[in-house]
Amino acid sequence: MKRLQRRSLATFWSVLFFFYVPILVLVVNSFNASKFGGAWKGFTFKWYEKLFQDRAIWQAMENTFAVAVGATLASVVLGTLAALAISRWKGRLQSAHYGLLYTHLVLPDILMGISLLLFFISVGMELSLFTVFLAHTTFCVSYVAMAVLGRLENFDGSLLEAASDLGATPWQTFWKVQFPLLLPGIVAGGLLAFTLSIDDFVITFFVNGAGSETLPVKIYGMIKRSRDLPKINALSTLMMCVTVLAVVASRMMQGRGMRPQKDASAARRPSSPAERREGQGGRVRGAAHHA
Amino acid sequence: MTKRFGPLTAVNSVTFGVQRGEFFSLLGPSGCGKTTLLRMLAGFEQPDEGRILLDGRDITRLPPDKRQVNTVFQNYALFPHLSIRDNIAFGLRLRRLPRAEIEERVDEMLGLVQLRDHASKKPTQLSGGQKQRVAIARALVLKPQVLLLDEPLAALDLKLRQHMQIELDEIHDRVGITFLYVTHDQGEAMGLADRIAVMRNGVVEQIDPPARIYESPRTSFVAAFIGDTNFFEGVVTRIVDHDYCDVEVEDLGTVRCWNDKHIRAGAKVYLSVRPEKLHLTHERPADLHDGKVNVFPVTVYQKVYQGAWTRFWVRHGENVDDCWELSVLQVHSRYLLDTTPISWDDRVWLSWHADDGYMLENYDERDETLLNHPTEPVVPAPDAPYPADAAAEPAAAAPQEPSADAERS
Repeated sequence: MKRLQRRSLATFWSVLFFFYVPILVLVVNSFNASKFGGAWKGFTFKWYEKLFQDRAIWQAMENTFAVAVGATLASVVLGTLAALAISRWKGRLQSAHYGLLYTHLVLPDILMGISLLLFFISVGMELSLFTVFLAHTTFCVSYVAMAVLGRLENFDGSLLEAASDLGATPWQTFWKVQFPLLLPGIVAGGLLAFTLSIDDFVITFFVNGAGSETLPVKIYGMIKRSRDLPKINALSTLMMCVTVLAVVASRMMQGRGMRPQKDASAARRPSSPAERREGQGGRVRGAAHHA
Repeated sequence: MTKRFGPLTAVNSVTFGVQRGEFFSLLGPSGCGKTTLLRMLAGFEQPDEGRILLDGRDITRLPPDKRQVNTVFQNYALFPHLSIRDNIAFGLRLRRLPRAEIEERVDEMLGLVQLRDHASKKPTQLSGGQKQRVAIARALVLKPQVLLLDEPLAALDLKLRQHMQIELDEIHDRVGITFLYVTHDQGEAMGLADRIAVMRNGVVEQIDPPARIYESPRTSFVAAFIGDTNFFEGVVTRIVDHDYCDVEVEDLGTVRCWNDKHIRAGAKVYLSVRPEKLHLTHERPADLHDGKVNVFPVTVYQKVYQGAWTRFWVRHGENVDDCWELSVLQVHSRYLLDTTPISWDDRVWLSWHADDGYMLENYDERDETLLNHPTEPVVPAPDAPYPADAAAEPAAAAPQEPSADAERS
């Protein structure tokens, strides 16, 4: 019994070690005065200063955020519409639509990258920030749609009937009842899309053109030169902070709001099983993207 | 109106009219089409045939938001993101009424349903009964011509249901709006409605005030579904006078019966007598009613004491496999003065007044499965579809266990 406990404790610590020590080393080294990060040579903000002076990095940062904001907005609109369409009309074609959306969640990034690149070339589109935006929107739509579908799954359809019964036109019913109730799901999906867009490397690597590098691609280029290493540490630390913040916000949004109002005991549950499943799925995928 | 879903005809050529201000109830087992009918009136379903007239105007093709009809949903369907006040004001705001008028009308409704103190709460913070009242207020505040209620009390527990029943009745009296109330609970329909339409398999079997439904059901389904009863099969042998006739029942004898339907001699008929109309006595009752009392010797074979009354099952005839089995209810109104208690295997006299039995126009043997019998329940044939409805809702159809009866009292 005791040995078992000791062994599970060991597993616990080694998991922590393998997961977080590399990140910790990176964060610590971003404040290390030593250029090569081997030994501690004293605390410094020097690398952050250098980072902010590097114009190319600023450009990449701008690209990243432009693409992330654009792709998020586009995928929020398209993903919500897709989720509504899938939940409202049932049929064989609809399950095919669902399958198409779901495929993006499990499709290897490299496959998407290659196929998008081939597509852009075949239609004669020049690779630019716009193609990066299109590519990011493509995979973000699925994440938003899944987050919204998770909320639609236990959406009480009689609420829509009640609204129209009380005199709301279909348009008013959507904006006054359905949209406010789906909003937490939409925002959660949007935040997830934003995070995924910011740190996507593989797909972006294939479809970016001259001057349309995003941060991850830029970092990859910098790694080749050792003098940039401390700057990369600083940059990665900053990116990690932004990503973690977005994920935490996304999780908080997903847990909030709509609860089935059938009985009091249901209201006490923190979140419905469907929501929890959806939330976890999103996070696992997000983590996979980080790695 | 008629409504079909694929091969199933949910509502089959149903026609009825409801008076302004009436409390009208649609009653029937689940799957009888009553909810589909209600949804067509609300505008959520389109009838395949037929028309809906409201105040003389054809509203059949109008969408729900253009009808002066509002619905109280079974699961309340309150908007969870809005407060109670905003839920009630929802419809008024859509109509772009002046703010002051909206406030005034919402306050008035909050007072009517006694929820002034909860106006700023969210629906999840309310109890089931309170949510129900909000749903009613939200629909009533628009002053609809008709209020549709879809099993509004089904989700509440028994005590609350009884309480809300009284409240609903009071609200109806105060607002004077036509209520159309769908339920599978005969107690609710009997207690609330001015008139009841009893439905089965998409067809209305009878529309009448509650007392007529109970005392003079037209079909065996209505007789068996509402309350409990005993059926006899016989032939009219003699028309005694304008009001009465004699019916010859095989293995029982001649039964004097009230002939309100003016059935001619020679016709095959079905009689129904309610258990509480039957009397059991040790002494043969003297005929004080000019031959209008039917008297038969019977043997008690089962007896269940239930406080306010005792339920007996008695047999007429010697052969156990082929005899009349009847259910009798004796109310203990004067316990101490009761004569010698009647017990198992006692040979006693069964009697009832001719006025208390009635003849049925329409008889279906499967309806016998709705009746309350302690032993050897009639097993419906596997291909007979409809008694399954009754089996799915034993408490609603016919109480299968004595305890269900005790609860209802």
